[in-house]
Amino acid sequence: MERQQIAIQATNLSIGYLLKGGNRKVVNQGLDLELYSGEVTCLLGLNGAGKSTLLRTLCGFQPPLEGTILLMGKPLTDYSQSLFSLTVGVVLTEKTNAGGITVYELVSLGRYPYTGFFGRLSKKDKQIINESLEEAGIAHKAFNYVSELSDGERQKAMIAKALAQECPVILLDEPTAFLDVTSRIETMSLLRKLAVEQGKAILLSTHDLDLAIQLGDRLWLQEKRQQLACGTPEDLILNGAFDSFFSREGISFDRGTGKLTMDAPVQPIGIAGDFLTSYWVGNALVRNGYRPSPVSTEYININCQGVDRMVISRPDGFAETVTSVNQLLATVKQLSN
Amino acid sequence: MKRHVLLYYPCLLLLLVFLFMASLAYGAVSIPFGQVVDILLGKGAEKIAWQNIVLQSRFPQAVTAWMAGASLATSGLLLQTLFRNPLAGPSILGISDGANLGVAAVMLYFGGSLTQLTAWQISGYLSVVLAAFAGACIILGIIIYFSGKVKSNVMLLIIGIMIGYLASSCISILNYYASVDNVHAYVMWGLGNFSGVSLVQLPFFVLCSFIGLLFAALLIKPLNALLLGELYAANLGVRIKRIRFFLLVCTGLLTATMTAFCGPISFIGLAVPHMARLLLGSSNHTHLVPVTMLSGSCIALLCNILTVLPGSNTVLPLNAITPLLGAPVIIYVIVNRKNIQYFN
Repeated sequence: MERQQIAIQATNLSIGYLLKGGNRKVVNQGLDLELYSGEVTCLLGLNGAGKSTLLRTLCGFQPPLEGTILLMGKPLTDYSQSLFSLTVGVVLTEKTNAGGITVYELVSLGRYPYTGFFGRLSKKDKQIINESLEEAGIAHKAFNYVSELSDGERQKAMIAKALAQECPVILLDEPTAFLDVTSRIETMSLLRKLAVEQGKAILLSTHDLDLAIQLGDRLWLQEKRQQLACGTPEDLILNGAFDSFFSREGISFDRGTGKLTMDAPVQPIGIAGDFLTSYWVGNALVRNGYRPSPVSTEYININCQGVDRMVISRPDGFAETVTSVNQLLATVKQLSN
Repeated sequence: MKRHVLLYYPCLLLLLVFLFMASLAYGAVSIPFGQVVDILLGKGAEKIAWQNIVLQSRFPQAVTAWMAGASLATSGLLLQTLFRNPLAGPSILGISDGANLGVAAVMLYFGGSLTQLTAWQISGYLSVVLAAFAGACIILGIIIYFSGKVKSNVMLLIIGIMIGYLASSCISILNYYASVDNVHAYVMWGLGNFSGVSLVQLPFFVLCSFIGLLFAALLIKPLNALLLGELYAANLGVRIKRIRFFLLVCTGLLTATMTAFCGPISFIGLAVPHMARLLLGSSNHTHLVPVTMLSGSCIALLCNILTVLPGSNTVLPLNAITPLLGAPVIIYVIVNRKNIQYFN
């Protein structure tokens, strides 16, 4: 199946900057990575880990210091600028001056590599622009000024531009930054749809851990001067890659919830019962420094019988029924003292 | 919306023709309009002096204003797009200061001694033109050199301003040591005027201007891509370094020619691109470039007409008029920038 086709393959890649006098500032070295078509890959890393440097290198904005990059099976060095523009489309965080043109005109710039000297759009170009606008879900704003768009709509317009470019690979630099919660999910879902339906290889850098775990087919965890940890989110969680990745004083990655938590004395509390209720009870307990665990006679257990009925029982047999999470937290605090 | 845009061309062309005719018919010496038409049709006039005024003076002046307006406005537009700064203009980059310095060097330092003529006479004038070219090209070379070194356009803009200051400081020094007559001649030149191009020089002037404008029109496609910023443009296949070089050469040619022949004319390069954007309601260069050229010509011709006070034969300096039209536009644009699309 097309699904496992490799769009970008890098071996022994060193990224960083050339400084004056032939010195080099190496951010990462010896990176091996593969970007697959038909998948959304999320690049996660703390600030300073070199996400932007890696992305800029893959975007062709700066040359790799060492190693080879194969783009669609061909070495990156064999690509002319015009051929590259047909292969990789980018969506950046760079501020544009495009406020005074319409969304349609913005998206039509994606046809730049295809149009002639004067940039006249052919019938086919126009059709592709319209399709791209539809695909990105921004067709209803086609004749609005770019300056009239919300941040989320602007992101969609830029994605439509990348679509009009008809590239098999799309690289996005923090496309969900500055977006509100719903726009984030919309943008990510859009990217997933494009990967699945059009078989595009999509790589995006993000700080949004939850969204990456939820909607990324594959994650790349980048850390200073270390090899990338690549894999499906669940594998990376289960094999402990996340733990070392985010280990920092006072912060740890909780495998049970897939969230970053503050290190705190973790007191186990057993949870059982109705799935929905126990999920949210667990959420509340984590926030208050307890660790949701399997039911055991060693510590306090909570039996969730419904959204408004939870029974808290102590190992010594004392039990109390509460009707809301608010009450539950107060009672648990009392009982555990 | 498209049809709407195409309507601007006939309107602007009509306005242009009207202003051009008005420039021929109206001046410090009053000549009946019928006589002007007769002169233009080659029928001659009642007074031979009228014929000389219209053909030898007003006609080259109107053509100069026409081309200079288009050229200055276009170079302003190119610079604003290239530097992604709506307040960029030919004078800000130091290019016109370079031309100024060249002119100052000839007028103030060599002016009296080399030719034994004042700079207002023919041979003096030719050396002024060449000096302005040389000055503008040297500054342009420096800017191109720095454009390879400095990535940020804002920083490059600031370097341009600094170089402009350096040139001004050299001019001040030259001024200090120059004779009173030469300083006067230089100051007069610095006030700007469209009457400095004689019929003999006109073809050369028009050719330089035309080449620059044609060059600008050929850069429309990459200019649009540059609206997205240099990285996006590079990803779309624009060769940034080459395009940047082309844009600077084009701007340099236009600015140097205009400054050499007409003096440092303020505000047309800065304000007209804004007028054109506001008129069009778009920063798409496909229409913005031609509309900027047409509006620039109209504004320059209008300024040229306004330099002649009605009912008198007093002619005001051009640079006394251009800020009257230009400065309010810039202030309007800055005050309303929140509501103007191309700022956001």
